[in-house]
Amino acid sequence: MAGDTKTSSEIIQHHITNLTYGQLPDGSWGYGRTVEEVQSMGFWAIHVDTMFWSLTLGCVFLGIFILAARSATSGVPGHLQNLCEIAVEFVEENVRQVFGTRPNPVIGPLSLTILIWVFLMNFMDLIPVDFIPFIAHLAGVEFFKVVPTTDPNATLGMSIGVFFLTLYYNFKIKGPIKFGAGLFTHPIPHWSMYWFNIILEMVDMVAKPLSHGLRLFGNMYAGEMIFILITLLPWYYQFVLALPWAIFHILVISLQAFVFMIMTIVYLTQAHQTGEH
Amino acid sequence: MDQSAIYIAAGILMGLGAIGSSIGIGILGGKYLEGVARQPELQPLLMTQLFISLALVDAVPIIAVGISLYMLFAL
Repeated sequence: MAGDTKTSSEIIQHHITNLTYGQLPDGSWGYGRTVEEVQSMGFWAIHVDTMFWSLTLGCVFLGIFILAARSATSGVPGHLQNLCEIAVEFVEENVRQVFGTRPNPVIGPLSLTILIWVFLMNFMDLIPVDFIPFIAHLAGVEFFKVVPTTDPNATLGMSIGVFFLTLYYNFKIKGPIKFGAGLFTHPIPHWSMYWFNIILEMVDMVAKPLSHGLRLFGNMYAGEMIFILITLLPWYYQFVLALPWAIFHILVISLQAFVFMIMTIVYLTQAHQTGEH
Repeated sequence: MDQSAIYIAAGILMGLGAIGSSIGIGILGGKYLEGVARQPELQPLLMTQLFISLALVDAVPIIAVGISLYMLFAL
C-alpha cells in the first residue's frame, strides 16, 4: 500500500475509488486527486480506469477470437482453436436451448461477446488487489480500480444496452400496437384490471435491467471487498484466507458471466414470444 | 450515532436477505436432486435451469450485500 499510516477504512476507501475525470471543486477539469474531490464531481465525470480496462479486455477478446478464426483448420485443431470452439459451442447450445431456432442474427454473437467479455472483466478480480494499483501509483496515478464489473456504471451500462435491445425486438416482432396492448393485458386479461397490469409491467420493466446489472455488480463488489479486507490482515494470515477465497471466486466469476449471458438470452426470448397469454 | 446506524442497517440488510434466499436455494437444490434422481438423463438440462433460477434467487441477497458493503465503506 501507498503510505503505512493510513487507517483501514482509508485503505478501503482508496481501493474503491475510481480514477475519475471531471470538474474539480475549483472549476477546472482534471483527474480527482483525493476522495473528496472525486465525490464532489457529480454527474459529469467519467471513470477512466473502468473505460480503459473494459475496452482493453474487449480488444483482448476480439484479438484472441480473430487470431483463432484466422488460423482455424479443419484438420487437427490447436489449443487456441479448441478453446474458442468450446466457448462458441457452449453459447450455441445455450442459445438453442433457451431461444430456440428463430432467425435472429444478433443473439448468438451478442451472447458470446457478453460471456467472454464479462468473464475477462471478472477475471481481473483474481489478480492480487494491490498489484496493478501499485504499478499505477508508481506511474503517478492516485486511484486505479482494476475490475470494471465492480463499477455499477459498467454493469448497468451493459444491462441497459440489453434492455434497449429487448425494446427494439418487442417493437420489431410484436409491433407497437400489440406490444402496447400487451402491457395492459398481460397478467390479468380483464378490462377492470388494466390499471393494475400497467403498473405491474412498468415495475417489471424497471426491475429487469436493474437486477440484471446489479446482480453482477453485487457479486463482484462483494468478492472484491473481501479480497481487500483480507489484505488488511497481517501478512502471515493472508495466504490462508486469500487462497480458498480465490479458488471459490473462480467459480463465482464464471457463474456470473454465464448467468449474465443466460439472462440476456432469456430477456431477448421474452421479447420474441408472440404467443397469447 | 450516524455510523452505528449504518452498521445496524447493513447487518439487517445482509441477514434478512440471506434468510429468505437460503430457504429458497435449499428448496431449489432439493427439488433439483429429486428431479435428477427420478430422471438422471435430464441432468444437464436441469442443471442449466437450476443455475438460471439459482441466479434469480441469488440476485436479491447479493444485491443487498453489495449495497450494504457500499453503505459501510463508501458512504
